[in-house]
Amino acid sequence: MKAPVSGFVPAPLAQLPWRILLLVILIGGFGLVVLFSAAGGSIKPWALSQAVRFGAFLGLAVGLSRVSTATYARAAFPTYGVLLVLLVLVELLGAVRGGSQRWLDLGFIRLQPSELMKPAIVLTLARFYAILPPAETRRLPSLIPAGVLVGLPFVLVMTQPDLGTGLMIAFGGVTVMFLAGVPLRLFVGGAALMAVAVPLAFNFVLHDYQRHRILIFLDPDSDPLGTGYHISQSKIAIGSGGLGGKGFLNGSQSHLDYLPEGHTDFAFATMAEEWGLIGGFFIIGAYMLLIRWGVMVGVNASGRFERLAAAGLATTIFFYVAINLMMVMGLAPVVGIPLPLVSFGGSALMTVMICLGLLMAIDRQNRRAPGGW
Amino acid sequence: MIGGGQLANEATQASTFTRRAMLLSGLQIGVGALLAGRMTWLAVAENERYALLSESNRVNLTLSPPRRGWIVDRYGTPIANNRTDFRVDIIPSRLADPDQVIANLARLLPLGEEEVTRIRTDLKSAAGFQPVKVAENLSWEQFAAVSVRLPELPGVAPTRGFSRNYPQGAAVAHLTGYVGSASAEQYQETKDPLLVTPGFKIGKDGLEKKLEPLLRGKPGAKRVEVTARGRLVRELATRADTPGRTVRLTIDAGLQEFAARRLGPESGSVIVFDTLTGDILAMVSMPAYDPNGFSDGISRLEWKMLSEDDHLPLTNKSLQGLYPPGSTFKPATALAALGAGVDPTRFVYCNGGYQLGNRRFGCLGRHGPMNMHTAIARSCNTYFYTVGRQVGIDAIAAAARKLGFGAEYDLPLPSQRYGTVPDTAWKQRRYNQEWTQADTLNAAIGQGYVLVSPFQLALSAARIASGRALTPRLLATARQPIPLLDVAPEHLAIVRGGMDEVVNGAGTAVASKLPLPGIRMGGKTGTAQVRRIVDRLRGQGGDWKYRDHGLFICFAPVDQPRYAASVVIEHGLGGARAAAPVAKDVLTYLFDKPKAMESLSRFETQWGGDIPTRMAVKARAFAATQPGTPEAAAAAAAQAEAARAAAEAANATVANGSAPGETR
Repeated sequence: MKAPVSGFVPAPLAQLPWRILLLVILIGGFGLVVLFSAAGGSIKPWALSQAVRFGAFLGLAVGLSRVSTATYARAAFPTYGVLLVLLVLVELLGAVRGGSQRWLDLGFIRLQPSELMKPAIVLTLARFYAILPPAETRRLPSLIPAGVLVGLPFVLVMTQPDLGTGLMIAFGGVTVMFLAGVPLRLFVGGAALMAVAVPLAFNFVLHDYQRHRILIFLDPDSDPLGTGYHISQSKIAIGSGGLGGKGFLNGSQSHLDYLPEGHTDFAFATMAEEWGLIGGFFIIGAYMLLIRWGVMVGVNASGRFERLAAAGLATTIFFYVAINLMMVMGLAPVVGIPLPLVSFGGSALMTVMICLGLLMAIDRQNRRAPGGW
Repeated sequence: MIGGGQLANEATQASTFTRRAMLLSGLQIGVGALLAGRMTWLAVAENERYALLSESNRVNLTLSPPRRGWIVDRYGTPIANNRTDFRVDIIPSRLADPDQVIANLARLLPLGEEEVTRIRTDLKSAAGFQPVKVAENLSWEQFAAVSVRLPELPGVAPTRGFSRNYPQGAAVAHLTGYVGSASAEQYQETKDPLLVTPGFKIGKDGLEKKLEPLLRGKPGAKRVEVTARGRLVRELATRADTPGRTVRLTIDAGLQEFAARRLGPESGSVIVFDTLTGDILAMVSMPAYDPNGFSDGISRLEWKMLSEDDHLPLTNKSLQGLYPPGSTFKPATALAALGAGVDPTRFVYCNGGYQLGNRRFGCLGRHGPMNMHTAIARSCNTYFYTVGRQVGIDAIAAAARKLGFGAEYDLPLPSQRYGTVPDTAWKQRRYNQEWTQADTLNAAIGQGYVLVSPFQLALSAARIASGRALTPRLLATARQPIPLLDVAPEHLAIVRGGMDEVVNGAGTAVASKLPLPGIRMGGKTGTAQVRRIVDRLRGQGGDWKYRDHGLFICFAPVDQPRYAASVVIEHGLGGARAAAPVAKDVLTYLFDKPKAMESLSRFETQWGGDIPTRMAVKARAFAATQPGTPEAAAAAAAQAEAARAAAEAANATVANGSAPGETR
């Protein structure tokens, strides 16, 4: 079925999922307003460059939406392989230079392979379960390759060390496994295993600063001027905003530098201080709509790869938003996950735009197929 | 449609996916709701708390020390006031490059090595907004030099404040005390942020300490908006300080200063009362420290000099010094005798002493027949041994207490000493021993167990002169009616007659008549033994610290008393010799200032200048004796020579028969 062609709008434009694009532009536009305020009412140094980036990556997403899903399915494994190699390279570079390294300098861009791994792991597992015979899905041996596929990048990223990204890769992979139909008891068992593994990991795997952050998260007031300072000041910013906020450009926590990272990881707190609960509900609501749309794209898709990929990608966006918001509201430790589309920075924006582009591609496929959305 | 088991399996798989996707979506929306709920909790339920925290982040309250209330004398002349003080502080949190800024300041002001070290130490222990003192009492030029270079000195805060000023300096030191920065303990007690505000001083001693609540005032405050790094964004509100209250004393600042100067190099005290009101017109203890210097904190060297001085410049001798009153106690014994019915015209024959059993109690002369009038005038011990033994110690003690001995008074000063008015019960209590007749004889002439303060001596003179139970007043507050003294007026008249004779007739202090026509001073000399050993010198020579104290009490005019005073000169050899001339000049000042000043200027020329001049000379001389000071280095060579010369001189004086080591 073809989309109705209007006389004024050219067909390719009219075919775009405008409602979703509008939602994304709303969130991104609001983010730019927040960055404008965070710079003390100036488009420099953040709002302008972020706007350029936002436009570019939105274009990328629209571009990605024009590619057929079959291409993505075919490209999943090779992409995964390339990214894995890059992760190892990053690891080696870090070892040579000393200290931790997360990116590769390609000259024109600083490529962060772990970021790209977030959508890639979803596509890879979706591809894996799409070609796996359905009967095998519920059998234990099929878990081994899936586990290896998730485990390799997870371990590589964790050793960078990047706790937040590592966890998101694992969550993304596990989500696809869950959606693919891996028996529930395994997740229950896995949760039990986690209960045992987390304290062990806490003591033997995590770095001192990571352990410290978690301890501080559990009791922020124990170190109000150290790591707990971030959480305390963020809660003060959000709490002092009240219902309607202190008003645009009037946030004292962000403008007087009490709120650290007010334009990156804690951009939500900067926003909440000036726009209050109303602004917060707007952001949370908009994201929930976006994520819900993504999951529904999966539900409405006909191919197994498309279904798993769509729901998985939507959940990747969800993890970004949920982890970041829980962090700024003091419900999770500070793990360095930005709020996509709002926080200043390119990596998360790029990842989320790739997710959106893929989702739109699947959505486009659905609309062509009978019974589409 | 494709059929078979495969289909069923795929259909199952599809429905599993849909179920799980919807479950996932539900979970996600649940988390979204949780986040919305959490945010509502923070922004609505806890809004008040966080708004307050945000406000306390944003707004910084800085206190400005209140101007301290003045202390003025009875005529309104300032005794303690405030002068404008330029100071420079460092705000640690705004300091970017401590080394460079301190080096700049050290060059501009300039600062010494010791000061730079102190600033560095203070900076290490200070945190955030609490300013650290760089320098106080700067000249306008120094202050301006720093002010114009502020852009190059981030973190440096020049401010105009007030510092305490005592125009009469050392002359009022023991009265006013001094101010200083609050101690860490004081801050811990109250947690009052004012106490750690730079430039704020609290009373540390004397009136400054006791009148602290009146003098302090209320601090001004400035609310400013600051960034997390401490940069000032703007001022929000300013509240001016409320100055402390002015306190008026009964002191006559001119008299106080005169008396202090007139004491000269001696260690002693002068107290003057207004006999009509009980007002304390002067209360001097010398030598003293300069309270102006104390408010900035004094160096270790200065402290060492003050605490090692055997003239005790840190002790308020007028209230805390206790001396045997010697013959100045005889008026009390005389009143006790009269009260017990002794006939004042009765003659007692003085043959130079009094025989009690096998012990002989000496008199200073062979006075022959003595009645009360002549016994007071000539200070005959034999007479007072006789009547004292006759009336007994308890009667003497009672009379002494009526005159004000053995008691403390309600004065706004930190410490007083009662002294001792001994009686039979006292000795039993104190030593668990019976009172003896010998004790009575000693007490009757103001020796033995009797100990009084110069302040009590002056009060006794004022009570004898006025016949009223005067209560000492130091604060010029509303006057209370003064009850009569519980002593027959005619008895007091007899004692006053004797005291008139002391100065103006055939008495012990005839050399100290007032040089004023028509105004006579009545008085009583006293000499207090410092040690009991009656050697060849009888306390009249030898080491300064073993010499007798000289005491004198007096009042004037004799016929209609207006003023009463006591003078105590430590180790001054005798009352007539050391104390009475001082009293003469002090009372002269009250009636004829030019005449008194003329006498004073003659003395000060002899002594080597006024108090500040002599104190400066002394400080330099002391510094020269201390190792490690520039003065010491300069004086080192000369000192060796001087020591050799001094040793020779000492040998010579021993050969002449007087004791060595006499320095004064």
